[in-house]
Amino acid sequence: MGSKQRILAVVAVVAMLGLAGCGGSDKPANEPVASGSADSLTGTVTVLAASSLTEVFDQLGKQFEAAHHGVKVTFSYGGSSTLAQQIVNGAPADVFAAASPATMKTVTSAGMASESPTVFVRNQLVIAVGPGNPKHIAGLADLIKPGVKVALCAAAVPCGAAAKTALSAAGVNLKPVTLEQDVKSALSKVELGEVDAALVYRTDAKSASGKVEGVEFPESAKAINDYPIAALKDAPNPDGAKAFVAFILSAPARDAMVQVGFQAP
Amino acid sequence: MRRIPPALLVPAVLGLLFLVLPLVGLLVRTPWTSVPRLLAAPDSLNALRLSLVTATLATVLSLVLGVPLAWLLARVRFPGRRLVRALVTIPLVLPPVVGGVALLLVFGRRGLVGSWWGLSLPFTTAGVVVAEAFVAMPFLVVAVEGALLAADLRYEEAAVTLGASRWTVFRRITLPMVGPGVVAGAVLCWARALGEFGATITFAGNFPGRTQTMPLAVYLALESDPDAAILLSLVLLLVSVAVLVGLRGRWIGEGGMA
Repeated sequence: MGSKQRILAVVAVVAMLGLAGCGGSDKPANEPVASGSADSLTGTVTVLAASSLTEVFDQLGKQFEAAHHGVKVTFSYGGSSTLAQQIVNGAPADVFAAASPATMKTVTSAGMASESPTVFVRNQLVIAVGPGNPKHIAGLADLIKPGVKVALCAAAVPCGAAAKTALSAAGVNLKPVTLEQDVKSALSKVELGEVDAALVYRTDAKSASGKVEGVEFPESAKAINDYPIAALKDAPNPDGAKAFVAFILSAPARDAMVQVGFQAP
Repeated sequence: MRRIPPALLVPAVLGLLFLVLPLVGLLVRTPWTSVPRLLAAPDSLNALRLSLVTATLATVLSLVLGVPLAWLLARVRFPGRRLVRALVTIPLVLPPVVGGVALLLVFGRRGLVGSWWGLSLPFTTAGVVVAEAFVAMPFLVVAVEGALLAADLRYEEAAVTLGASRWTVFRRITLPMVGPGVVAGAVLCWARALGEFGATITFAGNFPGRTQTMPLAVYLALESDPDAAILLSLVLLLVSVAVLVGLRGRWIGEGGMA
């Protein structure tokens, strides 16, 4: 008797979850989107975004939610290559914002994007060092001084690919102590003081200001990353996806991103 | 033969399928034609060698520290014993990544111990061993303690009445009696160390040949070369199956395993 009720409860919960999962997917996909207006957007927009976008997307997500009542934006941040694999393997996501065209290509060539991606910002590398720059690092060449421990991103991740390009442009043969799986873990190794320097994006160094300092270097101009964004084909919430992409490409969103150190494309 | 009640049989079979199907998936998707190329890749071999070496060293470390700890918990009455027992099992329930962060805060360059002894463990192979031992040692302690609690105390008491010291009793009576339990615990510990991921990548970082163990290699290969990831997973799977099959006989026979 008690168990029967419990089974009923489980069935009800499962049914509710199923309904929630369908929310928004039964509307025509090509409605015009005007951010800020009262609209028919509902449900959750799931955005997979490069971890270097963490702070600014959290902030923009709140603005988007404020502009569209009843819509909730959930973010999943990680290395772009990890996220791309998750999408290819069927992760239920609406929007993908990558830190490089190469990782976006993983998604587009699997036919998982519903539109051709648009570059919305660009980002440049800096050398993140501890407060006060204790090892006096002024450029890439200083990273191979004895006793300097450096963290890089793994080559599969956009920040790692960019670091590789910048280092070979500078002719510096760097032996890092670790190849981190995304830019935030490289940054946190500097914050914890476990390494003396890491190649991260300017925006990451800015977001952790106080705990790290960013040292600019000329070769970073040769390794500028384009950040493409695209709504996904199998988006559970296609309307929300379109609206969010349009919002990120809008002037106010771009201004917010430029303010934290990104460059306009 | 009595009928097996379907209420037990159906979920049992489903449970078995649930556990076995992912392994079948690995086998089905293995890119057999590129096996030689992928296995010959220096990074794969490095990762395999590093995994075997560090898991073994972590097991040795766990044996040296863990068997005495298990003996203390099972044979010595002291205040706060239950608390100590709970503390020992914390790494079992702690997410390994949290364990890695905690290790950094203690053994890192600016850590409690690390800043004091001036030795840097993160990003070294020794750091991998430490991370693996932290996560895997509780398995050994729990197994050995269970064996000790199940062992017949009368032999030890008899030895004591014959004038043997506690150390002699431990060496000559206790250890041989719980030998199978120690072996089972060590194998479990080794298998856990072999599969360790979270604490390792957090504490020891990821660098091929130095700290990139098999699970890390699988994780990173998944992003650039999924075929290699599947194959590396298969190798890891074969090693674990070999270990478990070797362990099975002892495991079943070991009544005292917790």
